[in-house]
Amino acid sequence: MRQFLRDSGHLVRPAVVLIVGIAAFLLIRTALIPKAFGQYGHYDAAALDRIRQHPVSFAGQDACVMCHDDQAKARAAGKHAHVSCEACHGPQAAHANADDPSAHKPALPDVANLCRRCHEKDAAKPKDFPQVVTAEHSGGALCTACHQPHNPHL
Amino acid sequence: MELSRRDLFAAGGKLLILASVGATLEQITGAAPPSEAYNVAEHWWGMLVDIDKCIGCGNCVRACSKENQVPQGYFRTWVERYQVGEDQQPHVDSPNGDIDGFPADTRTDVKSFFVPKLCNQCAESPCVQVCPVGATFVSPDGVVLVDMDYCLGCRYCIQACPYGCRYLHPETNTADKCTLCYHRITQGLTTACCEACPTGARQLVDFKNPKDPVHEYMRNNKVQILKPYMATGAKVYYKDLDGSVR
Ligand code: HEC
Ligand code: HEC
Ligand code: HEC
Ligand code: HEC
Repeated sequence: MRQFLRDSGHLVRPAVVLIVGIAAFLLIRTALIPKAFGQYGHYDAAALDRIRQHPVSFAGQDACVMCHDDQAKARAAGKHAHVSCEACHGPQAAHANADDPSAHKPALPDVANLCRRCHEKDAAKPKDFPQVVTAEHSGGALCTACHQPHNPHL
Repeated sequence: MELSRRDLFAAGGKLLILASVGATLEQITGAAPPSEAYNVAEHWWGMLVDIDKCIGCGNCVRACSKENQVPQGYFRTWVERYQVGEDQQPHVDSPNGDIDGFPADTRTDVKSFFVPKLCNQCAESPCVQVCPVGATFVSPDGVVLVDMDYCLGCRYCIQACPYGCRYLHPETNTADKCTLCYHRITQGLTTACCEACPTGARQLVDFKNPKDPVHEYMRNNKVQILKPYMATGAKVYYKDLDGSVR
């Protein structure tokens, strides 16, 4: 046995070096590759959680309705029933999720442009959608002079 | 005790081998803990777009841009206006992605309609297939995402997308695209574009949720995906899509 080891010594030594080299490779590889890489596929599964960290700007319908009962009731009774609050008021998460919402009072929508965006007559709009040529229809007055935004019925 | 250089190398080598075996074992067996509450295996996201409901107001474009801080001049979603003559050759415009709305056009000698566009969340996505580094992928719940930390900015995916839905973010220099508001849908909110859409022309759907209205919708309506011949497995279904739409 000793004789065999001595004779093949020139093979054992490179083998040991090879094994140590492979070990070093594996060690460096595990140190560099994120732990979750390959969990679901050829990518870092931890990226899912990183992407989820993005902050929310639109609080969503349910939040507004919780506090603003008057507007919610008015809207539910009219043709804007299915238009979400933030469709007109813009992203309000900073307001809705604040400890004191009145300290982050949102600016009110710019009525002169707001209604026009949805209701200006355009041939590409669905035929059954209520549209007006705003300049002729309102005679230059603000839409809110005649219509309530939350329940536009006259 | 005298420690020879030989002993030192021998001990060091053994330690290295042990450590590497341990580390490799841990990498193979130790999966990251699943995210709380939200289980990726229980969802398969997509979207329905009802062309006959879209009024081209641009609310979705503005909402997306604000929610996701999309850089100015780039779009994760946009709205196109099609004006199609009898020869079925469409004239398409989308001034600034519709972020400021369309100039009114009341001509009636053409067939005209709006088409909202966004990432089609392909299940067999060409953009994923060309990524050389595993930076873009289809998540287990069916959303095509980009890992900013892995992306090299090589732009292969931007070229590969048949729908033109990707861009190179001018600040990070990484590929960027619609995430289907992954940060919102994984906590029970709908996407920003669906939240802001006044007519319900866009609807976020979860094909794995048996209670989702999508199942009834798909039974009762004729739907189409964009460029079906590309076999991308797109999951954004359009209702009443005209043949001229590209
Ligand atoms: C936690 C309760 C709460 C929630 C949720 C909430 N608000 Fe408010 N909101 C308030 C309070 C309080 C005020 C201040 C009322 C005042 O001072 O007259 C206010 C004021 C406003 C105003 C300004 C009123 C004015 O007279 O200037 C608007 C617009 C508004 N909210 C819209 C929204 C929208 C849209 C949402 C949903 C995203 C929302 N709010 C969610 C409590 C809330
Ligand atoms: C069609 C667009 C539209 C929708 C939808 C809408 N609002 Fe408004 N809202 C307005 C406009 C425009 C004003 C400003 C009216 C003004 O300047 O007199 C306003 C005003 C308000 C105010 C200030 C007080 C008042 O009544 O004038 C609050 C609070 C408010 N909205 C909450 C809501 C909430 C909550 C919802 C959802 C239930 C909602 N709004 C939905 C357009 C809208
Ligand atoms: C975000 C888009 C949007 C905005 C902004 C908007 N509306 Fe509307 N409006 C709608 C939708 C959707 C309907 C419901 C259409 C339907 O029933 O098919 C509607 C319905 C109406 C109707 C009822 C028409 C009818 O058939 O009786 C009136 C009037 C109206 N809106 C006026 C306004 C006024 C005034 C404003 C500005 C304060 C406004 N709208 C802002 C989307 C909008
Ligand atoms: C001078 C008052 C007045 C002003 C200002 C006004 N409206 Fe009206 N609006 C009316 C009346 C009255 C009707 C109902 C007439 C009808 O049914 O034909 C109406 C109906 C509508 C309708 C429903 C049309 C339909 O086909 O059913 C829409 C949409 C509308 N208005 C939008 C607007 C918008 C947008 C503005 C702002 C640019 C505006 N209105 C400003 C008085 C006004």
